[in-house]
Amino acid sequence: MSSTVLDYSKEIPVIEGVPTAASLDEAIVKPINDFPQRNWFIGLAITGTMLGIGGISLAWLLWKGVGIWGINQPVAWGFDVVNFVFWVGIGHAGTLISAILFLLRQKWRTGIARFAEAMTLFAVLCAVQFVIFHTGRPWLAMAWLFPYPNQHGVWVNFTSPLEWDVFAVNTYFTVSAVFWYIGLIPDFASLRDRATTTIKKTTFAVLSLGWRFSNRHWQHYERAYLIMAGFATPLVLSVHTIVSFDFAVSVLPGWHTTIFPPYFVAGAIFSGFAMVQNVLIVTRKAFKFEHLITMDTIEKMNKIMLVTGTMVGYAYIMEFFIAWYSGNATELFVFINRATGPYWWAYWTMMTCNLVAPQLFWSKKIRTSLLASFILAIFVNIGMWFERFVIIVTSLHRDFLPSSWGMFIPTMWDFGLLIGSFGLFFTLVLLFVKFLPAIAMAEIKAVVPGAQPSHPSHNGNGTSH
Amino acid sequence: MEKKLYSINAIYHTPNDILHAAKAVKDAGYTKFDVHTPYPIHGLDDAMGLKETKLGFVTLAAGILGAVGMISFASWVAVKDYPQVIGGKPYWSWPAFVPVTYEIAVLLAVLGTVGGMIVFFFKFPNTSHPLHDTTFMKKVSSDKFGITIQAEDAQFDEKKVRDLLKTTGGEVEAIYYSDEFLNFKPNTFDPKFILLLVGISLATSAGGYLYWNKVLYLPPFDWMVEQPRFDVQSATDYFEDGRTMRLPVEGSVARGFIPYPYKLGVNADSVGRFLVNPLLNTKATLDLGKRKFLTYCSPCHGNFGNGDSRMNGQFPNPPTLHSDKVRLWPDGAIFHTMTVGQNVMPGYQYQISREERWAVVKYIRTLQRAYNAKESDLQ
Ligand code: HEC
Repeated sequence: MSSTVLDYSKEIPVIEGVPTAASLDEAIVKPINDFPQRNWFIGLAITGTMLGIGGISLAWLLWKGVGIWGINQPVAWGFDVVNFVFWVGIGHAGTLISAILFLLRQKWRTGIARFAEAMTLFAVLCAVQFVIFHTGRPWLAMAWLFPYPNQHGVWVNFTSPLEWDVFAVNTYFTVSAVFWYIGLIPDFASLRDRATTTIKKTTFAVLSLGWRFSNRHWQHYERAYLIMAGFATPLVLSVHTIVSFDFAVSVLPGWHTTIFPPYFVAGAIFSGFAMVQNVLIVTRKAFKFEHLITMDTIEKMNKIMLVTGTMVGYAYIMEFFIAWYSGNATELFVFINRATGPYWWAYWTMMTCNLVAPQLFWSKKIRTSLLASFILAIFVNIGMWFERFVIIVTSLHRDFLPSSWGMFIPTMWDFGLLIGSFGLFFTLVLLFVKFLPAIAMAEIKAVVPGAQPSHPSHNGNGTSH
Repeated sequence: MEKKLYSINAIYHTPNDILHAAKAVKDAGYTKFDVHTPYPIHGLDDAMGLKETKLGFVTLAAGILGAVGMISFASWVAVKDYPQVIGGKPYWSWPAFVPVTYEIAVLLAVLGTVGGMIVFFFKFPNTSHPLHDTTFMKKVSSDKFGITIQAEDAQFDEKKVRDLLKTTGGEVEAIYYSDEFLNFKPNTFDPKFILLLVGISLATSAGGYLYWNKVLYLPPFDWMVEQPRFDVQSATDYFEDGRTMRLPVEGSVARGFIPYPYKLGVNADSVGRFLVNPLLNTKATLDLGKRKFLTYCSPCHGNFGNGDSRMNGQFPNPPTLHSDKVRLWPDGAIFHTMTVGQNVMPGYQYQISREERWAVVKYIRTLQRAYNAKESDLQ
């Protein structure tokens, strides 16, 4: 990408150079058919260790119970719920990229959509483990979470935001998984036809369900994809809205605000894009996908982070303003306590990382620099984790009654599970880029210059325009 | 093995070519033909003369099913099967059912669309199609575009088809298949398959049994079964009297309850005058009285109040309740005796509630009447 003035009369090509469809296949299939590089094993060793730490923390948790965490009254929601909200939020970027940008006909999404969808699934898995294990006796959680006929004659409470959350997260995970799989079917078929071993061939043949690239199928397939994108878009908004209801529907000062749903959704997209950005930059380098995931894509992602980061920052300031403007003494106290109380450092970490850091993306130089994008995305991730920490812990630790104030001090097991969730996430990402096509082959071929017929009236040789 | 012709195919190199070829084949009147492309190509549906897909109707039906089903289910639970007052709201707080209804509608719509598409529109999974594993498939799965005209087509004529495809600029080839291959039907009663099913069901049953009946009773899952608390009717060293069950502290009074004012030792007859039985002679009262009498009084006084106790010899025999003394007592005197006791007979005010004691009195009166029936009672 040259840094000359952009010519807006031309569409920026989605991928760089004029690759042939066959060479694209080659590039995407290479990591799957080749023996992995040494770096991949090093990465897997690191993430595996983190996963192991998580495993040990989990085993100890199951043995002893949630008392090993730092939670207690009045802060009964600690890292468990912080991590849940954090990971669910990460997931939202995937759906946004695959569904919303699809509906908006943003072709640049093609290179990163598959990737982002996979990250959605992994992030939601990471999130779900926290809500399951924070129930204390998760082996009985089935009974508390799902409505099923039972001999106690008891049903779940459909008017509870926590129950809405069960439905929302489950639907979200299922729909994302289906969306992802449907996108993979043609690619599985391509892999089937290019497989090097019988095991791979059989696996991909089964996974492809027998896809034949028939246009009589493509016709329905494209419609199904459109329908799913249409459903996934409001779904993704509903999920973080409902997550925010877990807080907003209560009457706790600091939680009980109407701004929560839009503010949470913006925050989710913000953090999700940051995570996708981080993983993307590494993968792009490791697998030499520079021509498929272009600098232009990365810049656009940075722009979205700038927009959503500013929205989130606006929400922070507006919350403060309303706390004062409402004239409610408790509400105002909670906010002043956030900024100046015992957890001031968490609040200011959040403010710096989420409000200040992304503003640097106004500079074209910074948002087109790989290193800067990578570092700022890490800042955003840290900031968004702290945002959830601030919302949950500082609101709970001091509310109406000074006699029941308290502090939350995380234990090593809290950190163990947090590290473990990152281990799980990145292990899954590493396995994904090794065993499945990290870029949607069928989709990217369709946006190569010359991939679509030229104007029907002239009988050319498929020159692009 | 005899091979049959499945189709005549042609391979093209550019999207424009395939568009023209598809149109040419359609215009020539073929219906059983298909176009294979590595990715969807704009305008191909029109060129092939395909009708608009009906997939949307499946989505609509599944979505409506989800929405209606879920809101009805939630309403039934909230209003009929398990009504609970939550947050002081009416049972049927339908706005609070909107989130779950929405989620289930989306879930069913998406699963319905995808499931319907795969099973009914694609007839998948199908991994034994004649086109699979051919060079033709390998080309169209990568970067070439292909047309197949099937031998099944009504106006199929191998030579004509080949000529038509050649004139559109395609590289023509043919695909053959063996009948056996295509008509292969798995045998449901294949012993191996049945063995597999049996194996799976045994494994799941054993797994389920172990999990629910064994694993969940191992530590740490059973840690809440053992609780540091006293069970009723059990012994303990903790209290002086060795019992876990406690009486209320001397002089404690329940809310809204006026304690019985008369003490042991007061003349039952004189106290009885101030007490009036508040109950009526209904069947329910007498049934209650009978139940309590048989539970608490009959061990000593006998089933009919004759004093012919089952505890004969182990406890001083009580007098009969059909004596003139007791018969002529006012209700209140029996009530008083039962409440505070008399000599060796203990009081029953902690075991039998006030109302129940009055019911017992009614029952004793019935027994007395039965033992001293008048002529008129016999009619
Ligand atoms: C543990 C055995 C026992 C039980 C149980 C018992 N009684 Fe008695 N009851 C006696 C004895 C013994 C006497 C005689 C006491 C005395 O010596 O004055 C007596 C006396 C009475 C008398 C007074 C009779 C009289 O002629 O003075 C009445 C009325 C009476 N019992 C009613 C009841 C009723 C009603 C119950 C059930 C709530 C009951 N008793 C349960 C042992 C028992």
